[in-house]
Amino acid sequence: MTTQNTTLVYVAAYLAVFGQAALPGARHWLGAQVDLLPALMVYTALHAGLVNLSLLAVLGGLFMDSLSQNPFGVSILPLFLVGYVIFHQRDLVLRDLPFAQFAMGAVASAAVPLLTVLLLLTGGKPLLLDWGTLWQWTVMTAGGAVATPLLFAGFQWFNHVFGYKIRPESSFRPDREIRRHR
Amino acid sequence: MFKQKNYLAVGAVTLAALLLLSLPQRVTARLKLAVGSLFLPLSGLTGTAQQLPADAADQLLPRRELLQEIRNLQQENQALKVQALQNAAMARENEQLRNLFQWKQHAPWKIKLANVVMRDPANWWRTVEIDLGSRDGVTNNLPVLTADGLVGRVSAVWPTHAQVVLIGDPNCRVSAEVENPAHDLGVLFADGTVDTTLANLTDLSGTAVIKPGEEVITSGLGGVFPKGIPVGRIVDSRPVEFGQSTEARIKLGANLGTLEQVGVVFR
Repeated sequence: MTTQNTTLVYVAAYLAVFGQAALPGARHWLGAQVDLLPALMVYTALHAGLVNLSLLAVLGGLFMDSLSQNPFGVSILPLFLVGYVIFHQRDLVLRDLPFAQFAMGAVASAAVPLLTVLLLLTGGKPLLLDWGTLWQWTVMTAGGAVATPLLFAGFQWFNHVFGYKIRPESSFRPDREIRRHR
Repeated sequence: MFKQKNYLAVGAVTLAALLLLSLPQRVTARLKLAVGSLFLPLSGLTGTAQQLPADAADQLLPRRELLQEIRNLQQENQALKVQALQNAAMARENEQLRNLFQWKQHAPWKIKLANVVMRDPANWWRTVEIDLGSRDGVTNNLPVLTADGLVGRVSAVWPTHAQVVLIGDPNCRVSAEVENPAHDLGVLFADGTVDTTLANLTDLSGTAVIKPGEEVITSGLGGVFPKGIPVGRIVDSRPVEFGQSTEARIKLGANLGTLEQVGVVFR
């Protein structure tokens, strides 16, 4: 992953968290807000190294918790854990296929809220949970699954537009040059 | 080498998370403020962007329509002035009666209006952020309402903004009273995670006779919410715990899902 791509992932995490807090559209219509951080973790786990993955988990988690009633830092571990597992198995994932991206997005978007809620319950926090939470979980899973291939396509487009073009190889080879002498 | 790097990353992230979770609440509040302030520029931009279409619509509105609107507002203003006069007379009468019986005087509410700028991005909390903070005199536990009824209370304060925990969140429990002859008391809880228009009034006595349509107001018990703030109306009720207590569903007066402007009640 290039430097500009890495920067773009962090900016996307910042914008995603802000969008979740400031734009209540999905919550208004579907009763739940879609979380885009797991989808970003999938992209980073499949394209970047462990350092970038860790940084995204820490930054994304802190962004999320700063605007939420969550205890500060509670979102870091679930994001990192999901990213780390995908990172470890990434050789087995056909990362260029939209279906694989969709499936990974669904798994990550289902696992992150589940792990976060488990952590919060372990910490003894009283949460707003009932049967409606299952609906919210389904919306988050489906939303994250749909968002993942779109994110991949968006990053690919960005790389295509702003990245360096691959220079076509020339057939000229200096060691095969015929030198003519008088 | 690869494995060592893996262990390092896992250890560093876990350590960072555990360290942050074990910090004292005062320190985490400051850290939250520091990280949250990164979103302030975007917040301002969103506010401006939301204002732009409204400004554009103002430019396009015909003069005739504006004049009609002014006439309507003038009529409404006159009606409200008459109502205010009646209310003032009633307040004087109330004060005289209170003096007669030597009851404690009610202090009038001082209300400051605030805009709702953000909502909790997590689905398991029900909070909003408003654009009034400690610089405007906001402190923890101040009641927050709209013209339609109670919304919640202030749960965290920063210099320029504050967090309001809404009715239905596990951290916002309200002691409420049904406006019936028995003045039955109960505690407000969430009715569900998805529907924000309903709440549950629990811990009502087993003998309580609750009828649909009866109004529910704050009881004033608990010391956070003053008595008499409208909360909503009873939808239905049912006995629970083998008839030992009664639970009622309430249609909240304020729509918590579409809050844009709220009032903070200062004491």
